[in-house]
Amino acid sequence: MKLNELTIKEAQEGLRNKKFTSVELTKACLDRIKERNVELNAFITVCEETALKEAQNADEMLVEGKIFPLTGIPFAVKDAICTAGVRSTGAAKVLDNYIPPYDATVIKKIREQGGVLLGKNNCDAFGHGASNENSMYGPVKNPINLDKVAGGSSGGSAAAVADNMCIFAIAEDTGGSIRQPASFCGIVGMRPSYGRNSRFGIMPMASSFDTVGPMTKTVEDMAIVMQEIAGKDALDATTVPDLVPTYNDEMKKDLTGLRVGVPQEYFEAEGMDSEVRDVVEKQIKNLEKRGAEIIYLSMPLTKYAIAVYYVLVPSEVSSNFGRLDGIRYGMRADAKDLFDVYSKSRASGFPEEVKRRILIGTYALSSGYYEAYYKKAQQVRTLICRDFDRVFSDVDVLVTPTSPFAAFGLGEKSADPLQLYLADIFVSPAASAGIPAISVPAGETKSGLPIGLQIMGPKLSEGLIMSVANNIKK
Amino acid sequence: MSLSIEEVKKIAKLARIELTADEEKRHASTISTVLDFVNTLNEVNTDGVEPTAQVTGLEDVVREDLVVNSKIKKELLNQMPQVSVGLLKVPAVFGDSEDII
Repeated sequence: MKLNELTIKEAQEGLRNKKFTSVELTKACLDRIKERNVELNAFITVCEETALKEAQNADEMLVEGKIFPLTGIPFAVKDAICTAGVRSTGAAKVLDNYIPPYDATVIKKIREQGGVLLGKNNCDAFGHGASNENSMYGPVKNPINLDKVAGGSSGGSAAAVADNMCIFAIAEDTGGSIRQPASFCGIVGMRPSYGRNSRFGIMPMASSFDTVGPMTKTVEDMAIVMQEIAGKDALDATTVPDLVPTYNDEMKKDLTGLRVGVPQEYFEAEGMDSEVRDVVEKQIKNLEKRGAEIIYLSMPLTKYAIAVYYVLVPSEVSSNFGRLDGIRYGMRADAKDLFDVYSKSRASGFPEEVKRRILIGTYALSSGYYEAYYKKAQQVRTLICRDFDRVFSDVDVLVTPTSPFAAFGLGEKSADPLQLYLADIFVSPAASAGIPAISVPAGETKSGLPIGLQIMGPKLSEGLIMSVANNIKK
Repeated sequence: MSLSIEEVKKIAKLARIELTADEEKRHASTISTVLDFVNTLNEVNTDGVEPTAQVTGLEDVVREDLVVNSKIKKELLNQMPQVSVGLLKVPAVFGDSEDII
């Protein structure tokens, strides 16, 4: 087995038993990136030189006995997350030359313990998309089938992990951006509870939805990374003070007596692929065999989650993106007066989808429309939260498909924004409610495309949903 | 519902995004489709329902008001599009468009 194909767990053992060095492990990943990135376009920036230096430092730490869980492990980061000294574009030209002076808190935590930053992953610009076709640096291709999308918005991170260009990745999930590409590329991806991981240093998209989470090859690796990055951060007032449990213990709990809810709305959606349904239903039967109790239920508000999302998120976007105006950092268009500096910088710096969302949000928040759109969507959001509270009094977790279909073709949905929005139908409800949800590989279609299964749980039940995910065997 | 080109022009101005005529046409059409779709929210009865603005359940999170030297002045200046004598240079905010420091 090649070094870049290792899981975190395996790499930890190899490094500690001196079977190989972090420099060797890092080189293996960099070689794979060189071999494959031209085709997949999973990285916007590759940090070859600094990665090797960081690997050397990590090797010294290992010799000196300064060994932390991620010491010497090479990882990749979504480009919408700030990395000190490393260009972070958010996949938009407005930040083409932007070099953040600081690390996002989650990245700082990993780098401080000797994690090796390989580079920055392509994504839909600022996380706006479900296919990675809204990047101003070109689409990411699915490593399993190059004619298919990798999913989005964290498509580059998903492709990089699936194709063994890195050992794990850190990405961001606003309405499904970790889970949907994880399911399309056949890896594990988790959106933690809102407030579990710090958002400091994440390029904000929709602040009341944004979360940061890992993308990994196994559930065990997910537990390892979550343990290192979770927790309260003084720099993000929305992080929760609750103690971070020992995920590796929680993840190993068995399923005896666990009540698994199966909401029918997640199996009847328009465009639902029967192969996806069959694979997920088979896995639910397996969970029953392993001691879980299966409870079929209904969550009638499910279909409104996307509508809520596409009012509230563009509204928050239109406000958050005011900062990208060509004044203090990023690209400034050549224009004489101030209005033109703003409007021309934003015209050339954003791709079409970012503009569309800013416009929708500006409209929804404008005088005369606020009550009809923004407030109405916030009220339905309350009802969606209550719908989850209601079912979680009867069941411990919910199991659903991550996406109604496997990876679709490049260009297949890009002409119709609404069709792309609807691709997130099963991942956006958890985002509205701020609850944790994990996507884990559950099988594949006859044509070999990965199918993901999603497990959702109540707030701060990351350990529990990982224990269920750990019981999903392809 | 249908968003007119004039309305698109108006919100684009509010949002400070210059659009080409083609873009105005495309956005009018795609945003109309999206608005039709989000109008399905009107099927849901929300009488008396409190709006949700955030989901943490946290309230009044405060911290000590301390001055911290982040020591990144040089790095921040390096990111500025135009700098003059260690300060950010921007076009005139008031009056004519002559640059001021």
